[in-house]
Amino acid sequence: MTNQSNSRDVWVFIEQEEGLVADVSLELLAKGQELARTLGSQVCGLLYGYQLGDLPEKLIHHGADRVLWADHPELAMYRTLPYARVTTELVQGRRPYIFLVGATAIGRDLAPRVASAVRAGLTADCTDLQIGDYEAKREKQLYSDLLYQIRPAFGGNLIATIINPTMHPQMATVREGVMRRQEPDVTRQGAIEKIEPNFDDKDMVLKILSRETRESKVNLRDAAIIVAGGGGVASESAFELIRELAHVLGGEVGASRAAVDAGFISREHQVGQTGTTVRPRLYIAAGISGAVQHRAGMDESAKIVAINTDPAAPIFQIAHYKIVGDLNEVIPMMIRALREKAK
Amino acid sequence: MSSARTYNSVVLVKQVPDTHNITGNVMKNDGTLNRSALPAIFNPEDLNALEMALQVRERYGGQVTVMTMGPPQAAEVLRDALHRGADRVILLSDRKFAGADTLATSYALTGAIKKLGDYDLVFCGRQAIDGDTAQVGPQTAEKLGIPQITYAESIVSLDGDEIVAERALPLGKELVQCSLPCLLTVVASANQPRPPSARKRIEYKLAATPLEYRSLLKKWPEFENEDVLDAYLTKRDLKLPLWTTADLDVDEEKLGLSGSPTQVYKVNFVVLESTQSKEIPANQEGIAALLQELVQEYIVG
Repeated sequence: MTNQSNSRDVWVFIEQEEGLVADVSLELLAKGQELARTLGSQVCGLLYGYQLGDLPEKLIHHGADRVLWADHPELAMYRTLPYARVTTELVQGRRPYIFLVGATAIGRDLAPRVASAVRAGLTADCTDLQIGDYEAKREKQLYSDLLYQIRPAFGGNLIATIINPTMHPQMATVREGVMRRQEPDVTRQGAIEKIEPNFDDKDMVLKILSRETRESKVNLRDAAIIVAGGGGVASESAFELIRELAHVLGGEVGASRAAVDAGFISREHQVGQTGTTVRPRLYIAAGISGAVQHRAGMDESAKIVAINTDPAAPIFQIAHYKIVGDLNEVIPMMIRALREKAK
Repeated sequence: MSSARTYNSVVLVKQVPDTHNITGNVMKNDGTLNRSALPAIFNPEDLNALEMALQVRERYGGQVTVMTMGPPQAAEVLRDALHRGADRVILLSDRKFAGADTLATSYALTGAIKKLGDYDLVFCGRQAIDGDTAQVGPQTAEKLGIPQITYAESIVSLDGDEIVAERALPLGKELVQCSLPCLLTVVASANQPRPPSARKRIEYKLAATPLEYRSLLKKWPEFENEDVLDAYLTKRDLKLPLWTTADLDVDEEKLGLSGSPTQVYKVNFVVLESTQSKEIPANQEGIAALLQELVQEYIVG
């Protein structure tokens, strides 16, 4: 069973809401560029919505060589079936080699639906993508330039590389924040192609009655400095120390799952595999033991300072600066030193 | 209420290795999991899915059928489902299902749901803790040709052939209306799953699929042979249905390993990177020197 693609093009689903493109989509355009360079092919962005203005051009500036653009009132807000209809028809008609989707709530709703319809392989929540070969020893066949879809598995205890030798496109959802986007280049040129959707009545059986969004005030992913507390922060009042240090440093407050589960702070502050992946200039981990699920979300921080009473805490193995001590004493010392410096 | 109809539910559940307690070598040479090396549990969000289905039955009537695909020992989660109130359970087990990725799994489940026929709602947990893919639900909905409501947190109402449900999204909630039948993937915040009932535990103590007869005979030698045991369980409605590929209208090429486009190329255990690490004394001088260094490196300030 094979459905080989003719081209080696890399497609990226562009997630947008009210004209605002999701960060992960821009990250994937940049990654797509890199993959396409290796393959000698093009990156194509799939953009759907209604009255999106000059958004297609902006995607070209961010790295797309081509934008397939559907502009229709039924596509104004994301709904599974209309979006899946347009995507499935495009994939079946043009057979891309690789198709990348952000591992967001929308991407993880759409991608499996499309993969199931076109019978393609799909890997969830990848943290890295590379091009490489695979030799099928039993069939004595070499598959060159496959997409290595790399993701944590088993609760972060393993890193698995998944391949899809024959049933293309090679589809993957990719975690937000793990790839770097490109600075827009307004001189970049590309092709913009409008698509006319062919909807069926069956695509409209779900209606959105209302949507209640709360603005997230937490922006961990763009924070340059994060001060994070974990299970070793014994009380709500001790967690105030974390907040104070973050405030003095002009950073954001982060947390491990243990601190969130203890109710010290809301889930949108959680860093780690089930929370946000961060890459700040400075990450201060206070009372965080450093379970693999947490480390997966912060181990690319430029500098890591760890404070823990347990000298054997795993967080120390990735920390650049280790402070063996009680955070209730160490953090006030930090705050004092910073205040004195400011004088 | 415009109608007083009842609603039949199918709940898709999975027995998963408890990924919070990983030890030893859990991967086999072919890259698939050695599930026997780990304790097996009821996938947590599948319990939320079952609870939602049981609440639909309590509010509107109808049947709750729980289905799982897996090895013979996956019958354990089916017994658990019975203890929690499921009306009926089905085990899908066959060597031909083995090694399936999410696409081949959704194909097999679709075959089983189609055989079952009479359903209004299909429930799954949002995702399983062994793979965290959240793919099988939407992939199954697509193959069944029905709409999906992912991240479902509550069913507001069922009325005639319409459902109104609330979805929990990262930045808020969405209220949707959809025609039936439809598939819902249920999040952990949806409800508190009821515990197994002690009375039902006793009632279903002997419940077993035919794949378990051999080991049961070792425990209860008084049954002499499998036929005697089978007759005894059948009479008491304790024989748990087992469906194999022969029971389903499916193309065997699309099942198991051969029906799975993705394969594990390699696996690495997570190894901690050793970094150049500097120990800072936990006193005021040490901390002040550290901050000074961070300022000089333009990291702070």
